[in-house]
Amino acid sequence: MASLDDLKKRIASVKSTQKITKAMKMVAAAKLKRAQESAERGRPYSEKMNNVILNLSGGISDKDNAPKLLSGTGNDKVHLCVVMTSDRGLCGGFNANIIKKAKAYFAKISEQGKELKIITVGSKGNDQLKRVYGNKIIENISFKTSKNTNYFDADKVGKLIIEKFEKEEFDICTIFYNQFKNVITQIPQAQQIIPLNAENKEEKESEESYEFEPDEDEILNNLLPKNISTQIFKAMLENSASEQGARMSAMDNATRNAGEMVDKLTIEYNRSRQAAITKELIEIISGAESL
Amino acid sequence: MSEEFKVEIVNPEKSFLSKEDVTEVIVPAFEGEMGILKDHISIISFLKPGIITIHSKSGEEKFFVEDGIVEFKNNNLSVLTSSIFNLKDVDKNKIQDLLKISEEEANKSEISDQAKFLANQKIDVLRSIN
Repeated sequence: MASLDDLKKRIASVKSTQKITKAMKMVAAAKLKRAQESAERGRPYSEKMNNVILNLSGGISDKDNAPKLLSGTGNDKVHLCVVMTSDRGLCGGFNANIIKKAKAYFAKISEQGKELKIITVGSKGNDQLKRVYGNKIIENISFKTSKNTNYFDADKVGKLIIEKFEKEEFDICTIFYNQFKNVITQIPQAQQIIPLNAENKEEKESEESYEFEPDEDEILNNLLPKNISTQIFKAMLENSASEQGARMSAMDNATRNAGEMVDKLTIEYNRSRQAAITKELIEIISGAESL
Repeated sequence: MSEEFKVEIVNPEKSFLSKEDVTEVIVPAFEGEMGILKDHISIISFLKPGIITIHSKSGEEKFFVEDGIVEFKNNNLSVLTSSIFNLKDVDKNKIQDLLKISEEEANKSEISDQAKFLANQKIDVLRSIN
């Protein structure tokens, strides 16, 4: 059994850990509020962008000559996966969830005998993936120095992806990120951005004819690269809100666990202190009796 | 019949401006300035660097944009842009900075004609508001 002194030290150390996790929880809560706000404020832009593209792609006359970013290269041999994680740890299952989702997808792709290329955004994802998929990672981007998520960073990633696409380095691009649902739930997402999945196309049957200036193709060519950056930006905003949310709940749990541990250790400490006192008393009494 | 329509300007970070009582908007569309009034036909176009002028009941407002997309539909005008600021709020120094950056860009030799055209356009606009 640990000595009284050891127990005392343990209690002190657990208590100070608890203080740190508590502080981290507070910080995460404050940051979460900001991240959540900016994620919500960023939504109209990406939604509008999506709408315009849907309208455009619906109205495009010549499907065969549609821009490659929209229709794809016609192959699906090389898959590019952009795995977006955080730069910092201590945020519960946040990074692990994305990695798990991504790894499942990787396995599926290799099973089908297709080539895999990976870009990691955020250093944590890179750390976890490089052990197994080290030779597949073609680029690692980290925005550790940026204080908060901004469009400029997203644009850099977007431009990189487009540059690689134009060089025909891949056929299909998928991004992995965590969608922020609420503080305790983040849903890992896999979203295909090239070629663009024009979902719910059927919805807008009431096709209104637009006037285009200049023509559709040129607008689409101008718009699609922007849309990639916008989607990346959206993913980054969702990710940063999710990260703070995950960190907050993880730190809340840690604080609670530390509290339980302190309670348990305190009981043990008191018990062994009592045992020591009893032992001394018995020694004194039996010493007195023997006289 | 009212002659007003709705305009909304959004950038990636937030909804920049939303107004209900707009009578006319002039946007620097890619192929020349374009005035939009109520009941304009649905249109999608993109912007070159220039000034967006919004006429509304409460007066006139001017914004500088570097790029973007305009969509007009059902008397709703949406402007999507990544860089915009109100001419009223901006200080001279920022304009000077932007001017310098775009001048440098225009003087680069390896850029495409279109990029050069856009950079020159930006310089002209910035000079005019300076």
